[in-house]
Amino acid sequence: MQQELLRVEGLRTVFQTSSGLVRAVDGVDLSVARGRTLGIVGESGCGKSMLSLSIMRLVPQPGRTVDGKVLLEGRNLLDIPTGDMRQVRGGQIAMIFQEPMTSLNPVHTVGRQIVEAMKVHSPKDSAAALKEQAIAALKRVRIPSPERRFDEYPHQLSGGMRQRVMIAMALACRPRLLIADEPTTALDVTVQAQILDLLRELQAETGMSIILITHDLGVVAEMADDVAVMYAGKVVERTSARALFEDPQHPYTLGLLGSVPRLDEDRDRLLAIEGAVPPPFAFPDGCRFNPRCPFAIARCRTEMPPLRLVEDGHEVACHRAPIEKALAMESAA
Amino acid sequence: MLRHVLQRVLMAVPVLLGVLLIGFLLMQVVPTDPATVRAGPTATAEVVAQIRADMGLDQPLYMQFGLYMWRLLHGDLGVSIINNVPVTQELGATIGPTLELMFASLFWSIPIGIALGTVAAYWRGSLLDRFVTALSVAGGSVPVFFLGLMLIWFVGFQWQWLPFTGRGGPLWSLEGWQSLALPALTLGGTFIAPVARMTRTAVLEVLGAEHVRTARAKGLGEFAVVLHHALRNALIPVVTLIGLQIGFLLGGAVVTETVFSWPGVGRLAVGAILSSDFPMAQGTILILSLGFIVVNLLVDILYVALDPRMRGA
Repeated sequence: MQQELLRVEGLRTVFQTSSGLVRAVDGVDLSVARGRTLGIVGESGCGKSMLSLSIMRLVPQPGRTVDGKVLLEGRNLLDIPTGDMRQVRGGQIAMIFQEPMTSLNPVHTVGRQIVEAMKVHSPKDSAAALKEQAIAALKRVRIPSPERRFDEYPHQLSGGMRQRVMIAMALACRPRLLIADEPTTALDVTVQAQILDLLRELQAETGMSIILITHDLGVVAEMADDVAVMYAGKVVERTSARALFEDPQHPYTLGLLGSVPRLDEDRDRLLAIEGAVPPPFAFPDGCRFNPRCPFAIARCRTEMPPLRLVEDGHEVACHRAPIEKALAMESAA
Repeated sequence: MLRHVLQRVLMAVPVLLGVLLIGFLLMQVVPTDPATVRAGPTATAEVVAQIRADMGLDQPLYMQFGLYMWRLLHGDLGVSIINNVPVTQELGATIGPTLELMFASLFWSIPIGIALGTVAAYWRGSLLDRFVTALSVAGGSVPVFFLGLMLIWFVGFQWQWLPFTGRGGPLWSLEGWQSLALPALTLGGTFIAPVARMTRTAVLEVLGAEHVRTARAKGLGEFAVVLHHALRNALIPVVTLIGLQIGFLLGGAVVTETVFSWPGVGRLAVGAILSSDFPMAQGTILILSLGFIVVNLLVDILYVALDPRMRGA
């Protein structure tokens, strides 16, 4: 049994907008084990980025986390004072983002930005010591000639280098959890692979946990130990990465994987998910996936399915799960 | 960096030439004849013709402009046709007080404007923000002369706190400071509004940027986030806009100097124009334009200093 580092319970983040209350994160439960990687998968707009910002308590205005718990080693981060939360940010939970260009401040040198992060968490260190540590951090992310890079500005670096700088900055204070929000989406494929390798190596070195947010199932397959699939602000399936690929249960996951169980020979293969994610102020009643679901039944349109255990370590929020069984019964009838 | 500066200096040359030409042509379209002004109201037609020939006014326009440029290159801006004092001498005496007034006005209004704009942006939609916005609109709508007259009426005349005519002495004397206070408050007062408004817009934009989110995710306090990651970046557009606004401030200086009898270039310009003192008016236009060009040059240099992406570009 792995030790749990972070536990999210019933997290709810909403935005009050002119078109109504937007439920960006709607009752999400998650668990991240020590030294393991949790992949959070979903289309854009499913709330996965808002979820990560909610954990950091960095939800932008007018968003608000209205309910739930974020327990880091048992301590609820939603309850602690702002000053303590600042120590958690960067110190215990660090974050890297999708766009390494815009995520770094263009007017400060790379070195200054790393030093700044370290200074928050070890204010007593001398400037020289901090500089040394920052260069060591750059070295750790395999940046060549880190002494020179220290004094350079973000625009002087390539995209991959910038993401390495972001990682160096995030890991400078040895956090226990790294939230990586689409860390490779803006990079080209070869650089993507390098960054993922780097993250894996650093994880092995430091024993940190990673929450990897992505829409790319390839990245999940490569990196994640556990996976949570999100749709319209909710987690619809939660299991190990292996189980997700071998035995996906939620129709949305099936759609993402571009496959469908071929129990019914008459049925055409489903290659793409029909329709689009509903706008968050106009979620349908019942299961939010029901208008796009090829397996939807009457109950799906009225009753929201809760996340329930269908087999050991595999939770699905679907009335019809396990789907093979449901379909078999249907065709027998 | 040096190359960039040199480039900008060279680019200022054609601008200056344009200013000279327009200043010269403006004087030509004025219906008053300088020779008549110089000769006085009782002079005979022969005397006027003689003076016109002496001044070179009987020459074709391009010759006159050529002569003007030639003299200018030798540091000769001509003599006043009212009192025969060399224009350069008058300009030399008035430029100091004008610079004094400009710097004193900017010195207090820019920091206050930037601070107001920043707090308004940070607490967007709050009462404070609305107060600053109202102040900006009000400040932007009040003409310089009105603000000056109000200050004179209350602070200078009714309450007798501060002097309101002329320059009391050099900057390092108490009298100098006292006499500078009201003109600098007036001129600076009209400058707070545009600076605050521009800063608010710029800071608001930067606050939404992703690198600000990164700064917060690092655990930085809000003060450091706003100072080093929002305001620092917002200064790039703000400095540019301030540079452009200083042109309007020069116009405000003309009015302020006149209202407060401040012995600067602006008042000299108004006097010269009203008395049809052509060489003097041309000289003041030249100096004010030169000031504007220099300010923009400084802004260009500051811009590069503020934005590392501009270096080597």
